[in-house]
Amino acid sequence: MSTAAVHSLWTTAAEPISKIDTPKIEYGQLSPTLIVIGAALVGVLIEAFVPRRSRYYAQVFVSVVALCAAFAAVVALAAGGYGTTKAHIAAMGAIAVDGPALFLQGTILLAGLVGLFTFAERRLDPEAHGNRVDSFAAQAASVPGSDSEKAAVKAGFTTTEVFPLLLFAIGGMLIFPSANDLLTLFVALEVFSLPLYLLCAVARRKRLMSQEAAVKYFLLGAFASAFTLFGIALLYGYAGSVSYARIAQVVDGTVTDVDPALANTMGNDVLLLMGAAMLVMGLLFKVGAVPFHMWTPDVYQGAPTPVTGFMAAATKVAAFGALLRLLYVVLPGLRWDWRPVMWAVAIITMLGGAIVAITQTDIKRLLAYSSIAHAGFILAGVIATSKDGVSSVLFYLAGYSFVTIGAFAVVTLVRDAGGEATHLSKWAGLGRRSPLVAAVFAVFLLAFAGIPLTSGFAGKFAVFKAAADGGAAPLVVVGVISSAIAAFFYIRVIVLMFFSEPKAEGPTVAVPSPLTMLAIGVGVAVTLVLGVAPQYFLDLAGQAGVFVR
Amino acid sequence: MSFPLLTATAALPALGAVATAAVPAARRTAAKWLALAASLATLALAITVLVRFDPDGARYQLTESHPWIADFGVRYELGVDGIAVALIALTALLIPFIVLAGWHDADPLETGSRRWRPTQGFFALILAVEAMVIISFEATDVFVFYIFFEAMLIPMYFLIGGFGDRAHEHGEEAAATQRSYAAVKFLLYNLVGGLLMLAAVIGLYVVAGNFSLQEIAEARANGSLHMATSTERWLFLGFFFAFAVKAPLWPLHTWLPNAMQESTAPVAVLITAVVDKVGTFAMLRFCLQLFPEASKWATPVILVLALISIVYGALLAVGQRDIKRLVAYASISHFGFIVMGIFAMTSQGQSGATLYMVNHGISTAALMLVAGFLISRRGSRLIADYGGVQKVAPVLAGTFLIGGLATLSLPGLAPFVSEFLVLVGTFTRYPAIGIIATFGIVLAALYVLVLYQRTMTGPVKPEVSAMPDLRARELVVVAPLIVLLILLGVYPKPVTDIVNPAVKQTMSDVHQTDPKPEVEAAK
Repeated sequence: MSTAAVHSLWTTAAEPISKIDTPKIEYGQLSPTLIVIGAALVGVLIEAFVPRRSRYYAQVFVSVVALCAAFAAVVALAAGGYGTTKAHIAAMGAIAVDGPALFLQGTILLAGLVGLFTFAERRLDPEAHGNRVDSFAAQAASVPGSDSEKAAVKAGFTTTEVFPLLLFAIGGMLIFPSANDLLTLFVALEVFSLPLYLLCAVARRKRLMSQEAAVKYFLLGAFASAFTLFGIALLYGYAGSVSYARIAQVVDGTVTDVDPALANTMGNDVLLLMGAAMLVMGLLFKVGAVPFHMWTPDVYQGAPTPVTGFMAAATKVAAFGALLRLLYVVLPGLRWDWRPVMWAVAIITMLGGAIVAITQTDIKRLLAYSSIAHAGFILAGVIATSKDGVSSVLFYLAGYSFVTIGAFAVVTLVRDAGGEATHLSKWAGLGRRSPLVAAVFAVFLLAFAGIPLTSGFAGKFAVFKAAADGGAAPLVVVGVISSAIAAFFYIRVIVLMFFSEPKAEGPTVAVPSPLTMLAIGVGVAVTLVLGVAPQYFLDLAGQAGVFVR
Repeated sequence: MSFPLLTATAALPALGAVATAAVPAARRTAAKWLALAASLATLALAITVLVRFDPDGARYQLTESHPWIADFGVRYELGVDGIAVALIALTALLIPFIVLAGWHDADPLETGSRRWRPTQGFFALILAVEAMVIISFEATDVFVFYIFFEAMLIPMYFLIGGFGDRAHEHGEEAAATQRSYAAVKFLLYNLVGGLLMLAAVIGLYVVAGNFSLQEIAEARANGSLHMATSTERWLFLGFFFAFAVKAPLWPLHTWLPNAMQESTAPVAVLITAVVDKVGTFAMLRFCLQLFPEASKWATPVILVLALISIVYGALLAVGQRDIKRLVAYASISHFGFIVMGIFAMTSQGQSGATLYMVNHGISTAALMLVAGFLISRRGSRLIADYGGVQKVAPVLAGTFLIGGLATLSLPGLAPFVSEFLVLVGTFTRYPAIGIIATFGIVLAALYVLVLYQRTMTGPVKPEVSAMPDLRARELVVVAPLIVLLILLGVYPKPVTDIVNPAVKQTMSDVHQTDPKPEVEAAK
């Protein structure tokens, strides 16, 4: 580094403190996130101060109120025009308040609320020593099978920490798609990832599997985060800034003034390409796109099912939101470089997810691979690089997240002596024994398969239409072929449920509390409404299709 | 705003399906009567459509148009031309007979869970299929058509996989396995076809910007919508593939024998006489209107495929040992005739094809339902298990014979007229193909008469000796169908009057005129 550069750094750092302005934070516009994070902090205090007996009720109450309030705040902001005309960048350039951000935040909050209902379910497992238990370990810190675990179960401990953890994760997810600089993006990524790693580890049954899943998720997630961070550093080196707008300008060539401290690296395309690739890689990991999908089946299978459902839905929404913003706001100038790569990723994701899913014998793993295939379908919409592309992805995500949570909620109901009976063979003849549950699950599977009159079809159609409009007709054809492959294994489950003879000692279907019923009911309702009368929501997504720059 | 008659015709069976499904488990008989009432009411509405339709009026009548999904350019647009009216009438006519014929097909053998209600499900699914088939015939918006074309698969799938013949030579478990195999095969074939069509539907939207059949056809006719030749051909193939699977056309036909063999006779009738007609109907309505040039381009190949279907289906029918499979292969042969009539691109061919759809529906229903009654008596589908039935159950044998004779297109029965028209229409343009296709008729005589001879004549087999004749309910099912076969065989004019103007329109869409008779041309 030249002496002059060092000198400039020194003098900049030595400027009088009085010159730093107080940051101007638009608290009102950030209120959804602030409410959720605030409630999470309250949840931590509840853990510390409220007696064990009433913690569960206090936590559920605080969480529900917070999520509802945050959703109301999102609606108020959208009604106030922040999604369209008043869209702007708040919090000193760190957070974008615009259509996509608000739409995704609303989706995440609703998905979080429905997910919360499944978290709070306490009727499925038989009571242990007279205490109602949920899906989470009595004491996550005790070694599985140890005396301390038994003592914890006997004492009726429950891990009520899951509620604040859930809220923290939701808080991070709210920021993730609205982050408008790379550092905020990274902080949000960690804020929602760390609670999820923890949540994966606290299953009540099959604890070793759950812990294994958490470790795998954590290690691979840490790798992905490292990639992301490295990418951010390289992009900073290229553009001299972490702000989305600034990087986009440097990519476009509208800003050419060089930061003297970065004179050697600024404008170096190698840094840009490598940085962008690494950053996108990190996001594709969260999305679960091939070849960054390896964690998905293990984590989906091992994590407590309510967590899996929430994670599968909300993480996807948040990560696709961030990916969209990154590709549409920061890297549109690089479109011709990233589109071929994303084409390839989308194709192998669609085909890979669909093909591998055929061989699965565990319902949770099957849904994991199906979620990979769906990531591919959504990527096809991302690649469209048009306003239609954005709104189709938003619509798809909204429909998909409720189907996913609903489907996993149904999985929690089918149980035998060892807890949830996730092996497919145990689902044989479910339609004979509990026609209603099987029918509801069939609706979700048909939505996954994209059969008309379900949200899955409307979403798939929107995404494929945007892709075809954007000149990606071959992607549509691949998408259609993988839909056909995927249909095969969804249908296989339906065959199993309805046309196979029930096994003698098959699982029973637990009668859930109204909480899970509500989660499943919302899932079915959203699936059918978005399938039959999607226009209102398409309009909503259409209005929300423009990113603020 | 006038009364939405077309919507009502489709909505009524849908409501009937919901109501039937909601009947409590213990009141099975009530569910049956409810389903029958709903299907009869639908028939009444369909007759109203028939009466209010003016063959010489506008091309699409009783139209309805409402915005639905503006973002996709989709409007809820319905309208019927003569072809659609005829097929709606056929559908509405057959469903009450299907319901009646299947009266006891879904009575539960064992009482499963308290909530297990197969009977209600069976009849609700039949009505659901009816609703979707009717709306597919009515839709003049490609997207609306596509949605119901696809959604139809789901109730159909449950009907095939969930309900089968009571008796099976290898026991109930083997029967269940084979049923679900047949159901999955049916679904996968049709789903793949449908998904390829989806790609074409999206492609059509990208090219045309909306889904309205009339708008697109008009824009294509006046040249304001230009499609590159290759685009048109790809889109045509996407559509045609789906319809050819549904129809079914050789070599995409293999799901049909499985599906018909494993399902109960009324469901088999539903598949071949009702649902499959959507495929051939859609060829006429969508392939020819939207992609006239590509249709002409593909004609030689399609005609050859149709010809193969005719001969191959008939040959395989001759070789079958299973009554239902025999009827299935016979149907494949007949669908070959229908497709041939459509793509011969002559007005006799296309009128004949439409008439064929109607007649084939009625004649197959008659033959298959009687076969179903026969099978339910003996508990076997194998031809070899029967013999001398006509001595024990003369009415059953007689109706079976008439159904069979209709299938082989005996003059005087309805299918003869249509088969004749199709052959004449094909012959005027493609004499060689017309000549080879007549072999299908010869083979039809063979498989029908041999079937009759082996099952009904000869010495009475001991297992058959106590076989009761047709019961009152069964007679109510069969008699009207036979009356119709004879009526339409002697006097087909009511149907042709309705169909002909629509066919003329379709012919002008593909810019085709009938070839002049040679004698006149020689002058």
